[in-house]
Amino acid sequence: MTDTTGPTRPSSSAGTPGTGTAGARVHLDNGGGARLHPLARQALLQALDDGWADPHRLHTEGRRAARLLDGAREAVADVLGARTEEVRFTASHTTALRAAVLGTAQARRRTGGDVVVGGTERAAVLHAASAASSAHGGARVVVGVDHYGRVDLDALTAAVARPGVALAALQHANGEVGTRQPLRAAHGAARIAGVPLLVDAGASLGHDVVPDAWDLLAAHPADWGGPAGVGVLAVRQRVRTVPPEPEDADPWAPGGVSVPAAFAAAVALQATTADRAAEDERRRRLTDRVRAAVAAVPDVEVVGDPDDRLPHVVTFSCLYVDGEALVTELDRAGFAVGSGSACTASTLEPSHVLAAMGVLTHGNVRVALDRSTTDDDVDRFLAVLPGAVQHVRDVLGVAGL
Amino acid sequence: MSAHDDVMVVDARGLRCPLPVIRLAAAARELPAGTLVTVLSTDPAARHDVPAWARMRGHAMVGDMLGETDAAGTDAPVWSLTVRLGSGA
Repeated sequence: MTDTTGPTRPSSSAGTPGTGTAGARVHLDNGGGARLHPLARQALLQALDDGWADPHRLHTEGRRAARLLDGAREAVADVLGARTEEVRFTASHTTALRAAVLGTAQARRRTGGDVVVGGTERAAVLHAASAASSAHGGARVVVGVDHYGRVDLDALTAAVARPGVALAALQHANGEVGTRQPLRAAHGAARIAGVPLLVDAGASLGHDVVPDAWDLLAAHPADWGGPAGVGVLAVRQRVRTVPPEPEDADPWAPGGVSVPAAFAAAVALQATTADRAAEDERRRRLTDRVRAAVAAVPDVEVVGDPDDRLPHVVTFSCLYVDGEALVTELDRAGFAVGSGSACTASTLEPSHVLAAMGVLTHGNVRVALDRSTTDDDVDRFLAVLPGAVQHVRDVLGVAGL
Repeated sequence: MSAHDDVMVVDARGLRCPLPVIRLAAAARELPAGTLVTVLSTDPAARHDVPAWARMRGHAMVGDMLGETDAAGTDAPVWSLTVRLGSGA
């Protein structure tokens, strides 16, 4: 791996005046793919030297790799409040979600084939729920969400209580709009019904406290500053699962996982847990500032819950704006942002999350702050945004509409 | 824009987001409150964005319908989305 990231801005300097020099690129698209945390980078390099061997081998090098992997499991388990043996690494967050859905549905096929999911779950969950339910003669039951993207708890409670449900899946918080889900209540309802709950913590672990309200949990190291190419799947010992793939020495991660990636992911999680409280306060203050400033731009709607949300995500939709043109315009000005608009994706379909919420899907911008995002970065973004929106609208000739 | 049975029709077939909503808004500006306007769109985003636009502008969503494929143009299914104009925001 070559270092193309340029000078690393240590997280300890976050908020220091002058770190965001004019003209420097500002990366505000950290959801699902943040820059490596400085300590993760250090850990990755160390583990490439120390943990390159196959952890299944019995020689010194293999055992050293196995120790790094065990240490990584233990560290992640500690943050989750789980037992070490309940935590496994997978090849990616997506494969963790798939294995959780397919493996639980397979184990509970005699109970029923239905899979209950929230309407704003990740596409990987929705697709896995379709595959698992149709494989076992059941149906995928999608529970609707409100204007903030929060699942209808009464409908979810009723859905899991019906006979024939293999499992339910609900995210801790939505990575596109930041809204938290009523996890404790949902887990309570699922437990009463005897249905295991898969919690997708892919957008929240490393940023927010994940409540002890899950039976299976999937998480996404690249979202908290760990490396790509590794995922986390935690399964409570009481939950019955069957590995969904043909037999392998690593049934939940066929072919094994990258030990250096898993080790670096665990180090990054420990680091983000250590400064979580301070970073939560700091990033909420910045996202509140973005929410207030963006709402003052004409015909722009901030979406997602204003309070009960992730600390670092702000999303808004601009009426009469082409999302692709706005992302390109902001990129030209030095700012990388995400978007759920159809015209920014390789598909005609817009974000199913925005659609389920009933908010504008065009002109959408998602800002996800990193630990290295400074006050100055946000100020400069807010100074540029209204002009960028106006420019895109002028090109479309929408004045007076 | 054309009129059928007192419903103004905006043909936005073949246009990508946000153009169907922009064409609809341009038509709505010229029309009195209470007018029914239907926009035809082959862009699946319009099905979500027309109701959101109506909410933001104080118009009422009357109905949506998925019709025949647009045989003459994009070959995509045509959404028919109807709003009743409010007094204007």
